[in-house]
Amino acid sequence: MIATHYTYWIIFALMMIGLYAVMSHGNLVKKLIGLNIFQVAVFMFFISLGRVDGGSPPIITEGIEVYSHPLPHVLILTAIVVGVATTSVGVAIAIRIYEAYGTVEEDNALARDAAEEGTQ
Amino acid sequence: MTSQLPALQVVVPLVCAAGCVLLRSAFGAWLLFSVAATASLLTAVALTVQVWDGDVIRYEMGGWPAPAGIELVIDQANVVVLLLLGVIAVIAAAYGRRSIELEVPLRRIRMFYAAMCLLLTGLFGITVTGDAFNLFVFLEISSLSSYALIALGRRRRALLAAFQYLVIGTVGGTFLLIGVGLAFAVTGTLNMADLADRLPAVAGNRAVTGAVVFIFVGLAIKMAVFPLHAWLPGAYSEAPSVVSIVLAAVGTKVAIYAFARFAFTVFGIDVVFTDLPIGEAILVVGSLAMLAGAGVACFQQDFKRLLAWSSIGQVGMIVTGIGLATASGVSAAYLHIINHAVIKGALFAAAGILLIRLGSTSLESMAGLGRRMPLTFGAVVIAGLGLIGVPPTAGFASKWALASALVEDDRWLILIVMLASSLLAMVYVGRIVEVGWFRAPADLDERTAENVDQATAAANPGVVRVREQTSVLMAGPVALLAVASVYFGIDASLPSSLADGAARILTGGGAP
Amino acid sequence: MLAVPLAVVLPLVGVAGVLLCRRRPNPRDAISVAAGVALAAVLVSLWPAVADGARIELWTWLPNITLTLELEPLGLLFATVAGVLWPVTTVYSIGYMRANKERNQTRFYAFFALAIAAAQLIAMSGDLVTMFIGYEMLTLATWPLVAHQGTAEARQGARTYLIILLTTSIGLLLPAIVWTALLAGTTQFATGGVLVGQAGPAVLTLLYAMYLFGIGKVALMPFHRWLPAAMVAPTPVSALLHAVAVVKAGAFAVVKVTIYVFGLDTLAESGGADPMVWVAAFTLLVAGAIAVTRDDLKARLAYSTVSQLAYIALGAALVDPNAVLEGALHIATHAAGKITLFFCAGAIYTAAGLTRVSQLDGLGARMPFTFGAFTIASLSIIGLPPLAGTWDKILLMEGAVNGEWTVMAGVILVGSLLSIAYLLPVSIRAFFLPERAVVGAATDDPSGVPLPRVPIQEAPASCVVPLCLTALACVAMFFFEYELIEPLARVLEGR
Repeated sequence: MIATHYTYWIIFALMMIGLYAVMSHGNLVKKLIGLNIFQVAVFMFFISLGRVDGGSPPIITEGIEVYSHPLPHVLILTAIVVGVATTSVGVAIAIRIYEAYGTVEEDNALARDAAEEGTQ
Repeated sequence: MTSQLPALQVVVPLVCAAGCVLLRSAFGAWLLFSVAATASLLTAVALTVQVWDGDVIRYEMGGWPAPAGIELVIDQANVVVLLLLGVIAVIAAAYGRRSIELEVPLRRIRMFYAAMCLLLTGLFGITVTGDAFNLFVFLEISSLSSYALIALGRRRRALLAAFQYLVIGTVGGTFLLIGVGLAFAVTGTLNMADLADRLPAVAGNRAVTGAVVFIFVGLAIKMAVFPLHAWLPGAYSEAPSVVSIVLAAVGTKVAIYAFARFAFTVFGIDVVFTDLPIGEAILVVGSLAMLAGAGVACFQQDFKRLLAWSSIGQVGMIVTGIGLATASGVSAAYLHIINHAVIKGALFAAAGILLIRLGSTSLESMAGLGRRMPLTFGAVVIAGLGLIGVPPTAGFASKWALASALVEDDRWLILIVMLASSLLAMVYVGRIVEVGWFRAPADLDERTAENVDQATAAANPGVVRVREQTSVLMAGPVALLAVASVYFGIDASLPSSLADGAARILTGGGAP
Repeated sequence: MLAVPLAVVLPLVGVAGVLLCRRRPNPRDAISVAAGVALAAVLVSLWPAVADGARIELWTWLPNITLTLELEPLGLLFATVAGVLWPVTTVYSIGYMRANKERNQTRFYAFFALAIAAAQLIAMSGDLVTMFIGYEMLTLATWPLVAHQGTAEARQGARTYLIILLTTSIGLLLPAIVWTALLAGTTQFATGGVLVGQAGPAVLTLLYAMYLFGIGKVALMPFHRWLPAAMVAPTPVSALLHAVAVVKAGAFAVVKVTIYVFGLDTLAESGGADPMVWVAAFTLLVAGAIAVTRDDLKARLAYSTVSQLAYIALGAALVDPNAVLEGALHIATHAAGKITLFFCAGAIYTAAGLTRVSQLDGLGARMPFTFGAFTIASLSIIGLPPLAGTWDKILLMEGAVNGEWTVMAGVILVGSLLSIAYLLPVSIRAFFLPERAVVGAATDDPSGVPLPRVPIQEAPASCVVPLCLTALACVAMFFFEYELIEPLARVLEGR
């Protein structure tokens, strides 16, 4: 089963790497990278669902009978856009955090907030 | 025109969002947002009238026939949420006119309203759509706009809160995507009605199980069900007041609706609640949420954070009703969706007023508030009584409904948990009341007394320009919502008939 | 039948009137009294029609639940007690508040009226939900009254008050009502009870216990602590709490639930009320014993109230018609007696600044009306003829013996002895002991309160007149008790 479904195992491994990166790193940029890896793994999972053996890319061409399923491709295009938007918002907020706190390490930023609270 | 209403529900706010960006004035942006909100409310009312007798409206987007095209479905289960969204949007528009001027820098206001319009688009979209992937897209639209809106909070902590919400929320959305993907892999369709038709044939397939679990967990993150609630306290407390109102009143509720839609209509009670122990899992986490939410709220020093934790507990209550999977349980859940939106809307709106008048939302600064601002504090107390669930408030009506549903289903332990959470609510509401009525007004320190001008406020986020008077536009919504919370407690017929209709559609086996 | 909702609306009109006149003390107080007199008139006018009964549906609250008001003997009894004693207490409060220069008088009168409105709602309720709504409103409306002084002590007492009452009502009473609604299919009250044949003995026993403990206002141990804690309130509030509104609401709710939700026959057959007989007996004796030990006059009266309320609960739990009748009657007679006692305590504080029994020696000569009324009310509560409390005790003993609870007859006797022990010493000290020397070393006085220097006289007229009136009521009720209980007796016969 591993042999025939090796794609799914790779995708699963990528998802876990991505999630682990999100959870374990305190650096905001690394979190975003992890998030991206996670999302890309999911996209690849979706696309691989549409794979048809012997199918060609789903663009109607003379003489081709078997196409890969177009729907997953379309859906993932949308999802990629969503992912890009999310990453942009994330990076924008990270930049603002850097401007406000002087660091992109979450722990340092929280420590600075706690210190500020302590002096108030 | 009326046949296009379902599409207009989503399109009008979307177009207004674009308009807000193009217009160069803050006032124009506010105006567009108000137009979008009012139009949405009117559309929602019109749709309610149309489906009142149990009809179902199906709208094919762009004329593409289902199941190939995207379908919008309006029935009694989601029209309730539409109405709620419309009302809260209009209230937010009225409230925001003055509130936002004082919390957000001038040059960002039009972007703020653009994001608010997008938030509405997303929330309305989740509610009306009949396509599973479309729901994911609208969920992400609403989430992205809320990340941006939270980041506009006055303190720099808002940025951290927004980032944390972004990371957790995106993971949740992606889980939802995985679940939808699994369902698609097994059935080959994304249309909810079509899925409902095809899924019974493949029941027992592990992919279906996986789909249900991923969708549940993904939406649970958005619903902020304990223990996936970590983003909520920061997000609600740091966001600008208007955003807190909207998020607290309807943000999580729409996700709850989405879960109900998936569980009851798409997958069906048999798969989700009988074959899989999702119902039991929901009851467990719901009970934990009720206790944890109310319990932690008792220890908070900041008013908005207290309300956020209280919301976690109240969402636990709603989710417990859904988890019962009975008609009375779902009806009780919907009733509390309505009542909690009214109550929490009133409380967060009052918190916004406090921010403007006192310069802070900490409980310490509320000392003696009962004397200084009796009407506002009176509204806070009335709404707080609704959280405890004493008559004659709306909270009592939903507590009764949920208690009846629990007793009917022989869930005595959960009933005890629910009553215990009410008693804990008594503790934290009691704290607020004691601070307001029984402490002498603190000498306001220089930070709040000084009249800071706009430029300084823009340069130093965290310093809010303090006003002497509460604007009618801000006090009005608070009064309206507080009165509504008592009215719906005395005469609960309108919310409960809406709730019953929704429950009938969802649990009566009504497939779209 | 407009008069029935009018009974609830009139006090609310009073609230509005008080708030409107908040800057002008005289019109404000006049409005309070006027509303009270109007309410009393309305209620008295309802008595001729009570035998017919009437049911008014208000509106549908939730799908299966309609809120209703009902006119029936027990409810009208409680409503009349509250409604007639309200203007009397208001007149007394006017004297007390002005003489003691209390602050926040508008808040006081407004919440007073609101509490009476809630009590009327409880009295006139035709179903469990309406009663629960009124019950909770009463707790919320009286809480600011308990905390009135604003001192740390008052806040603490108010906190205890609220916590115990809300915990019992939300934790026990609400689930009991929901469970009843599920078992019986309805929340409406019905003669003969709605639980007939709907539940087994074990369920009935548990449910009855939930009701009696959940109705925290009847102060059954261990949920009685709120009563002594509420003594931090000004005396008119204590008079209100202990005679008129709060405790009687609890007692009324217990009797109403016994008759109209469970039904006497159902309870008698299943023995569901038996454990509660013991709880009531225990409370009766222990609270009476504690009262004997208390030197603070208001604390003594508080524990006396806990004990007297247990009489009513005992009467209800004995489920014999005579006993239940006694419970209902005791609502009225104890109200008259206790309110007199509290009025006297307040008059003593106003006139002499004294709060402890040990300080009252010899004051009978200086304050003859006050202590005379105190003695009359004491005798009424103890249960001696020709005073109101006599019939209650007789009926209760009859009920105990009839139901084969002869042990309880003994308990009742011991209870009477205890009440002699905690009430008569006051009158004896006042009339028969010499007055304490004015010039006494401060260390002599155990309470550390400086002894009064000013020659003590009677309290102001607006304090003394009401307490004389209520004392007279104690006497009058001895002769008119039959009129009060006859309609209810007929209801009980019909079960």
